[in-house]
Amino acid sequence: MSGPSVNPAYIPAGEGRGARSSSRLKRIDRIGDVALYLICALAALLGVIVLVLVGYQVIHGAVPAISKFGLGFLVHTTWQPNFGVFGAGSLIFGTMVSSFVALAIGAPIAISIGLFLSLLAPKGVSGVISPLVELLAAIPSVILGFWGILILAPFVQKNVEPWLHDHLGFIPLFGPPQTTGSSVFTASLILTIMVIPIIASISRDLFLAVPRDIQDGASALGATRWEVVRGVVLPSTSSGIVAASLLGLGRALGEAIAVTQVIGAGSAINKSLFDTGDTLASRIANQFPGALTELHKASLFYLGVILLVIGLAANLLAQWIGRRFGPRTLAAK
Amino acid sequence: MSERAFDPSAPLTPSGNLRRRQIFSRVAESGATLAAVGAVAVLVIVIAAVVSHGLGALSIDFLTKGTPVGIAPAIVGSAAIVLVATAIAMPVGILTALFVTEFANKRVAAQIRLMLDLLNGLPSIIIGLFIFGLIVKPTQQQSALAASVALAIIELPMIARGSQEVLLLVPGSMREAADALGVSRWRTVLKVILPSALGGILTSTVLAVARAAGETAPLLLICSVFDSRHVSLHLTEAIPNIPVTIFELSEEGNPEGFTRAWGAGLVLISFILFASLGARALLARSKRRMAS
Repeated sequence: MSGPSVNPAYIPAGEGRGARSSSRLKRIDRIGDVALYLICALAALLGVIVLVLVGYQVIHGAVPAISKFGLGFLVHTTWQPNFGVFGAGSLIFGTMVSSFVALAIGAPIAISIGLFLSLLAPKGVSGVISPLVELLAAIPSVILGFWGILILAPFVQKNVEPWLHDHLGFIPLFGPPQTTGSSVFTASLILTIMVIPIIASISRDLFLAVPRDIQDGASALGATRWEVVRGVVLPSTSSGIVAASLLGLGRALGEAIAVTQVIGAGSAINKSLFDTGDTLASRIANQFPGALTELHKASLFYLGVILLVIGLAANLLAQWIGRRFGPRTLAAK
Repeated sequence: MSERAFDPSAPLTPSGNLRRRQIFSRVAESGATLAAVGAVAVLVIVIAAVVSHGLGALSIDFLTKGTPVGIAPAIVGSAAIVLVATAIAMPVGILTALFVTEFANKRVAAQIRLMLDLLNGLPSIIIGLFIFGLIVKPTQQQSALAASVALAIIELPMIARGSQEVLLLVPGSMREAADALGVSRWRTVLKVILPSALGGILTSTVLAVARAAGETAPLLLICSVFDSRHVSLHLTEAIPNIPVTIFELSEEGNPEGFTRAWGAGLVLISFILFASLGARALLARSKRRMAS
């Protein structure tokens, strides 16, 4: 506080100041140390408490629905708020399908971006493109979803979906396009955009950590750049890539707003990706503000419980894989 | 190779299998380059769409008046909610980071890091449900304060992780020097460690603010029924905010509303882009300075 002056704490006792003030300072220091420790520990504890409370509150809100529908809620597919009948089956299906499609498209692209940024691009180029890719994650989901309805969905419905239907229509996933443009496929594309920056930046860091001399060794043996990647870089980071993909999956599973804007809030399980559908998170965002009955709200909380369990599982698995098979343990072997 | 005789006059270019391998490698390289270009292209396309559609809506009235002309109440409301959220999250985040780097032993530190990662991975709609059950339901009222608490929970892990990273960059020799001089722990932390990590802490806070400003899902559940005609700072009631405004306009399906939504989106996205780009530039600089 008093600027750059000498800290009074270490002026030796008996030098101008009495031994008494020195002992007072010592006492202040002892109290200060304990106080700072306690405040810091309390802050850290607060995070833990919040995490526990989140679980408690979400389950607590779902109790009426849990006691009414039990575990059958997970498989029943009817969702009719007017009749008080709720089931999460089609929503769990929609969540899984949209997230996996997003991951199937996004992960390879993101890993390629990671490779480009870490191994191919000159330092100046990657220094520009890295932050730009990360900026993709900074676009708010509501804006991405809005862009999705007005620009992406019509484009996909007019160009991409008919093409896929014509050429790959024998696969039931690619059915005839719907008229609105709202579809599970459009939602997956939006989720892809959200997943890519997460996986790309993690995998870039992973690839940067692969020791240079092993790569140089492979090159010296005559491996091409791709063979170095295929034979050295990818195998030594595979666990990290899996963990990164799981983190991306967690992000895709939990996205509510953008999905609710483009997925079309369908209630049926459709084979075709080009039909409407709905996900757990998007159903909560869509119906919670207008939910009138207690049972409706509790059912939406129940969806939250399912989402929480799936999301935590994906995240914990990612952490566990990251720690268990992380680059450090690999290096130690 | 072996079946062909050595021909010293042949050009030194690869042939046969090696040539195939090299072409494959080239193709893979261009694929990776294309992926990176594609990601940047998507960013540019989205931002260009927001800018080109949003500029049409932008005017002085749009920024200074309430509904139906402008979105001033939403701008003020969003700023207030995020400000309060940051005032809650910043101290807790910094103290958590200090606990992990300065006080906790390895095992406890790992647990807390895991907790922060899990908190960071929570879907924001779940945080909305949580705050709805914790605050909105018992008080029977949506409120800006509840929204601030929700956004604070979203900001907390980002600030804590970011601060932690910079605190770990503070050289151990500075701590040892302070210890050797007999300086007590808390003075070391407050006067040596925190000041030298301040730049990094501030930038990670700005990044968290940028993320929280665009967060829609929790606000939709706990701060969405408001009067958007007038600027309001009654934090115990729901107040207008930009994300919910955009969301509701986008669901209405009315072209005039779409223009307003683009305008609001432009305001939001320009704040977020400037904040995160600025913060990143600062972070890179302060990290470089600390590392050297």
